Amino acid sequence: MDEPTTSVSRRNFIKGVIAGGATASASGYLFRQNGVLAQRSAPGSVERLVTLNVNGQNRPVDIAHEETLAMTLRYKLGLTGTKLGCDRAECGACTVLVDGRTHYACSILTHMVRGREIKTVEGLEGPNGELHPVQQAVMDEAGFQCAFCAPGFIMSMVALVEDKPGFTRDEAAHALSGHICRCGDYNKILNSAMRAGEIARST
Amino acid sequence: MPVINDMIPEFDLFQPADVDGALELLAKHDDAWVLAGGLDTFDWFKDRAKRPDVVVDLGAIDQLRGIREQGDGYEIGALTPLSDIENHEAIKAKFPMLAQAAQAVATPQVRNQGTLGGNIVQDTRCWYYRGGWPCYRAGGNICYADTPTSMNREHCIFGASRCVAVSPSDSAPALVALDAMMVVRSRSGEREVPAADFFIGPSTDITRMTVLNGRELLVAIRIPSTFAGAHQYFEKVRDRNAWDFPLVNVAAAFKRNGATIEDARVAVGAVAPYPMRLEAVEAQLRGKNADEATGKSAGELAIKGAKPLRHNGYKLPLMRNLVMRAVRDAQSAQA
Repeated sequence: MDEPTTSVSRRNFIKGVIAGGATASASGYLFRQNGVLAQRSAPGSVERLVTLNVNGQNRPVDIAHEETLAMTLRYKLGLTGTKLGCDRAECGACTVLVDGRTHYACSILTHMVRGREIKTVEGLEGPNGELHPVQQAVMDEAGFQCAFCAPGFIMSMVALVEDKPGFTRDEAAHALSGHICRCGDYNKILNSAMRAGEIARST
Repeated sequence: MPVINDMIPEFDLFQPADVDGALELLAKHDDAWVLAGGLDTFDWFKDRAKRPDVVVDLGAIDQLRGIREQGDGYEIGALTPLSDIENHEAIKAKFPMLAQAAQAVATPQVRNQGTLGGNIVQDTRCWYYRGGWPCYRAGGNICYADTPTSMNREHCIFGASRCVAVSPSDSAPALVALDAMMVVRSRSGEREVPAADFFIGPSTDITRMTVLNGRELLVAIRIPSTFAGAHQYFEKVRDRNAWDFPLVNVAAAFKRNGATIEDARVAVGAVAPYPMRLEAVEAQLRGKNADEATGKSAGELAIKGAKPLRHNGYKLPLMRNLVMRAVRDAQSAQA
């Protein structure tokens, strides 16, 4: 009879349910407080549907009031280059640029940066895939061992290279003081920063 | 406290466009939480130690930002990021200790986001209290930091009253030493509070660190020209040179005539629940030469009456020496 057809469609149906359930429970873990699709919203409070300017692109996104920028970038916009280390503004792994200045993405609400230019490590390469001077310098100097902290350090280096092109090693250490590298690669990281300055000045 | 890597509990976020709108929201919602840079705020929320239903973000109020010349002094909007103060040419030239104090806060990222107002009104860092323990300051009936087994290395040596927490701000002692005025707005109008009266100890109100009553906003800080360009000194001692709050910090300003100190302000932070102005030391310094001996006796006088706890006795010599160094520095850089 038509037994084979139903069993295939049943299998596909079951596969679909499993996949859907996995997604729902994963987002349920991250956004479990919110009932993210049906959050209450007091009259006069901020609008949840917003457009963010991330890496030069306008990205429409639905943001909970209590959502941090790191959460939005990683779990809603798929920009997982921004790392979450401590989630407490104490390690620097989540550093991004907001209007060219370094911020801890774990400790700023996404609604606090509406209308501002956000730049993450994904936005550094040029239109044809050429590396940013800081990325090139980190490659040249083999700046990191495990490199979990690298995206954060790199964003602070980008801000430094742009703000103060002729910086000294001490100034670089000061500018990077808001980061922790648990591999202890600080010397190589500072070498990378100095090399980044050289590359940026020569181009 | 467990570190919970998930979302902050739900709240309603408001972003009023002006101060009046913000004050209206504070009047309407009893438990409204005022959000500026957020760096003091989010730890409370993530730890679930504070769970307000309504958060009022001041970020959209542009008039609260900026450094303006006003009369013969300066007015700094409460929402001005610390890095703007640290890098402001006129502040660096006239009030260098404020620029140094701003630069001594935490890390570059924190200073880019953290505001002067937030640095002033931030809550204490006593970890028993921050951890959500029901201590006196949190409305309970015990101080967990002042028992025979407490870890109280960072706590106070002056001004204890049931609570032994300290004021953790770096900018606050500098503002006290500059005779700054805090501009406070409420629905009934604006008032100016001298920096030295703005901070209150637990004997006045154990649940607050400033005179702000929850329906008021600190909108600006006015710095008079009294000590503009005068010799100033700021020094902060901490465990690591990034992130850490002060173990002790000192801010001092001196008006000199040759080697003689005509007038002085000395304020010390992280030794009391408020930035502590040392009026007895200031009185003793007037008319003296800024030299080693004056510095030494100023340091000794500064720590008179201190009551150390079990683990913070080191703060006595630290505070004594910082006051001494401030006075000695006035000698080395004669105007």
